[in-house]
Amino acid sequence: MKTKAIRSQPPHQSPFPPPVKAGNYILRLFVAGATARSRQAVLHVRQTCAAELKAGCQLEVIDIYQQPQMAQDHQILATPTLIKTYPRPVRRFIGNLLNLAGLFAEAKPELAAKPVL
Amino acid sequence: MTKKRPIIPPAPRSALLPKCPTGIQGLDEITGGGLPRSRPTLVCGGAGCGKTLLAAEFLVRGAVQFHEPGVLMAFEETAGELNANVASLGFDLAGLVRRKKILVDYVHIEPGEIQESGDYDLEGLFVRINHAIDSIGAKRVVLDTLEALFSGLRNEAILRAELRRLFRWLKAKGVTAVITAERGREQLTRHGLEEYVSDCVILLDHRVNDQIATRHMRVVKYRGAMHGTNEFPFLIGENGLSVLPITSLALNHQVSNERIATGIPRLDAMLGGRGFFRGSSILLTGTPGTGKTIISANFAHAAARRGERVLFFSFEESPNQIIRNLHSIGLHLEPLVKRGLLRFHSARPSLYGLEMHLATMFKEIAEFQPHVVIVDPITSLMDAGTDSECKGMITRLIDYLKGGQVTTLFTSLTQGGHVLAQSEAAMSSLMDSWILLQDFQGNGERNRVLYVLKARGMAHSNQVREFLISDRGIDVVDAYIGTSGVLTGSARAAQESLEKAAVLASQQEAAQLEREVERKHAALERQIAAMRSDYETEAAELRRIADQVGTRTIVLGTDRAASGRLRQADIKAPTSPQVSPRNRKLPA
Repeated sequence: MKTKAIRSQPPHQSPFPPPVKAGNYILRLFVAGATARSRQAVLHVRQTCAAELKAGCQLEVIDIYQQPQMAQDHQILATPTLIKTYPRPVRRFIGNLLNLAGLFAEAKPELAAKPVL
Repeated sequence: MTKKRPIIPPAPRSALLPKCPTGIQGLDEITGGGLPRSRPTLVCGGAGCGKTLLAAEFLVRGAVQFHEPGVLMAFEETAGELNANVASLGFDLAGLVRRKKILVDYVHIEPGEIQESGDYDLEGLFVRINHAIDSIGAKRVVLDTLEALFSGLRNEAILRAELRRLFRWLKAKGVTAVITAERGREQLTRHGLEEYVSDCVILLDHRVNDQIATRHMRVVKYRGAMHGTNEFPFLIGENGLSVLPITSLALNHQVSNERIATGIPRLDAMLGGRGFFRGSSILLTGTPGTGKTIISANFAHAAARRGERVLFFSFEESPNQIIRNLHSIGLHLEPLVKRGLLRFHSARPSLYGLEMHLATMFKEIAEFQPHVVIVDPITSLMDAGTDSECKGMITRLIDYLKGGQVTTLFTSLTQGGHVLAQSEAAMSSLMDSWILLQDFQGNGERNRVLYVLKARGMAHSNQVREFLISDRGIDVVDAYIGTSGVLTGSARAAQESLEKAAVLASQQEAAQLEREVERKHAALERQIAAMRSDYETEAAELRRIADQVGTRTIVLGTDRAASGRLRQADIKAPTSPQVSPRNRKLPA
């Protein structure tokens, strides 16, 4: 229902708040050590950000081995975990982040409309 | 209560698995010293059976009693919720957290927020646990309830692999871990965690029998150690969990030769003259209204008057009601209550399950340290559990009390008709003395009698005695036993008056005979006197007559001689009178 409504209406007529500027994205990526999986995750996030958000985004990479308190503070269970703290809603992506569909849903409604596979 | 627990003697360390004492009452006994040290233990059970509390108590006692700091990874409850929950057991979790004895990490999983994308591991959790352990030097870790992960993360294959790694890692880390898990339908846990934790598995269970819920604990598995395999009832009280092993107590109580009076002198006399042994268990059975409470109150009164502490468990009446009722027989208990020598504990049997009753009783006993305990009536508790549970409970209670040389008096309410009901027969083997109260009906009245059915280790009367309850207390009197049976009440009184009358009658008869004899004697005397006077009269008469006759004969002789001479007759003149006076009939 929601996706249909968004698709049928131009963005400025949407009842939802207008999309925030791309530069306002705040992302935190938690990895555990410099493993291949960690590197892969960092790479994927950087690529996606560069591709989707031209203005770039605020990405903070945290190694929980170095800062274990951060893992507790941010409720990290699995690694790698990417937390999109802004804009709301907060979303968590866990895994090697090959598929980051939905991350920039607010910026690109047509992206969010695609089925996530 | 925790201090009294026997210390398990240390075994050679090379031979036995090192154990980590939980400090939970009874659990260390059935596990032979605690949970396996440096290994994970799985605690599983359904909702509301006390998994979290067991785990929390393990941590708190570890921190307080054994100086082993602990980490609580809470997947379900926040730190604030946990603080409130364990505060109900009298544990100050927040205080321990402040003093860095315990660290609580609330692991929040919001499935709606999480999107899984590709391969991942649970290194985040590992890092958190590791960080928590290292920051306070923890020796104990609780994961409550790890299964929350299954609802948050969808990739079960990764999750299972990571859990396996987690338990291995915990072992390698050298911490004693307790992992709680929900009970599954066909397996011990819903997600089969028992596959990974194979060292020790404890199963908790909360069952409702006859509308009364009882918690049970069973050590399903304990690798490398002896453990109690039975299902043990346990309860969650004000001081945490307590498991109540039935079979862990041995029969090796100290015994006392001291005798204590019952408060009824005649009853003491029936018990070899000196009353019960101190520290013995006494059963007082009787049908309704036979005076069980009164006799037990008398016993309590006598003990408190000697300066002993008496704890009175009443399951039928409120303390005030007992005190008021006993006023009517001249027993004043409230001064003893005020002096702190007598304490009442009243509770409805259905208030909670048998185990809870037992635990409350243990708690009261431990607090008050009584010399005498009265349970009135024990049969009420039987409604709260099945027969076997009840017997188990009474066994434990008696063992506990005998261990402390506490004299215990149980009253037992029997149904009219069959006095020796089966439950009592089972219970009687646990009792040292058994006094039976009965009522006798007949002649339109009901009278109470008592007799000593058994009294181990003392000579006792085999007689049935009637006892009277008056406003001056209890009075044991002899019952009349004759060919027609036992006479009590007014029949006894009638018999007494009958005997009195008989005595009176025979006394009267004797007096009558006495009088008769006297009368006869008097009559005899009178007769003798009369005869004597007759004789004397007669004799006097005879003498007179004899005199007369003599005179006459002489006169006659003289006369005849004179006339012969006159007629010249040849007659011999008599010289003396020949006739004896006795040969002559005298005129009357």
